[in-house]
Amino acid sequence: MARKNKSLSVLFNPLSKDNPVIVQILGICSALAVTAKLEPAIVMGISVIAVMAFSNVIVSLMRNTIPNSIRIIVQLVIVAGLVAIVDQLLKAYAYDVSKQLSVFIGLIITNCILMGRLEAFAMSNKPWPSFLDGVGNGAGYAIILIIVAFFRELLGSGTLLGYQVIPQSFYDAGYSNNGLMILPPMALITVACIIWIHRSINKDLQD
Amino acid sequence: MNKQSNTYTIIYIIALVVVVGAALAFTAMSLKPLQQINADADKMRQILASVHIVPSSDNIKPEFDKYITRKFIVNADGEELSGDAFNIDVAQESKIKDSAERQLPVFQCKLDNGDIKYILPVYGAGLWGPIWGYVAINSDGKSIYGAYFAHQGETPGLGAEIEKPNFSDQFKDKRVFIDGQFKSVAVVKAGQKPLDGEDYVDGISGGTITSKGVEAMLSNCLAPYKSFLSNLSKD
Repeated sequence: MARKNKSLSVLFNPLSKDNPVIVQILGICSALAVTAKLEPAIVMGISVIAVMAFSNVIVSLMRNTIPNSIRIIVQLVIVAGLVAIVDQLLKAYAYDVSKQLSVFIGLIITNCILMGRLEAFAMSNKPWPSFLDGVGNGAGYAIILIIVAFFRELLGSGTLLGYQVIPQSFYDAGYSNNGLMILPPMALITVACIIWIHRSINKDLQD
Repeated sequence: MNKQSNTYTIIYIIALVVVVGAALAFTAMSLKPLQQINADADKMRQILASVHIVPSSDNIKPEFDKYITRKFIVNADGEELSGDAFNIDVAQESKIKDSAERQLPVFQCKLDNGDIKYILPVYGAGLWGPIWGYVAINSDGKSIYGAYFAHQGETPGLGAEIEKPNFSDQFKDKRVFIDGQFKSVAVVKAGQKPLDGEDYVDGISGGTITSKGVEAMLSNCLAPYKSFLSNLSKD
């Protein structure tokens, strides 16, 4: 029973209490880049979950053989190889999605959450918990991305997933889209607001 | 075995790189034909998009063959060259400084109502990476019928808006010949006008560099077609 609880906490902790973006403040850079619209944010979230889960498993399987002095390079080679393969597969079997992602898929390689989890978790844990940890942290990242993108697209463009959601009557009454929302600074401010709300709910995270 | 020794480390990293390299090479090689089919279909889709034809994704090739009646290459003097117009690398051609040396592909399209349009590919640079597109010219060679633009990685919501119909539809009926002189189409800040009297469209707020890129791309890639287009109006 205790074992199962540990697995569950490895999977679910990163969603809130140990969230990589809003608690550990990692991966902020890509959170800025892909959240002006909801759709790329969702696809990016899914891709990060996949890459993080598999690279965690591979590094975990190899953890006892990796020489200490080059462990970061080994991790990078594995992540980069994995991302390149995912990119090739998308181009062959899901061309439209791969066009959506364009440069973002390459950005996954430099995602600091990825390196952080490989170094902190996969290097010292068995493959199955590592897999759960990868999925959990990827999902934690994806959730924040989707929340930020939701508000930025809604307030910045008046659309969600490309569909108009703010009715024309609002515009006729003098409402206008907030152009600042689609510029990068508002991503940071939105993330900050999420952190604020999150900390005021979880008092134990406050310093 | 000492896992911290130099020998182990070097052998380990060499083996790792060879394995990963082989895996990548294998993936790339085995997926190449599928990717090529996808890329060709996507190119056909983009060419058709410039004349507002949107085929369903499993019907692209038949529709392309139906509407695009002729593909040919011209040079800067408007003379026809031999070669495969579809596979001309417009990216390379657009970088040749001397436009007399460029090979210029033309896709002749016959619409359902019998109108002939000439679709010209364009290629240039945006803010983060390449941008490209297809411009359909009316059969008299004087004005634009439709345009399609695409980009590799412009900022979503800003420069990336060039791929939206809101932007590309502005090009309809813009003239490329004014009083017998070739003029490209300018992309300017809303409310402004270009100085030398060419036709213009509104750029994208917050996407200034991409908008400028579209303008530069059009003037660089359409100008070499000058002779070809003026021959059309004579016919």
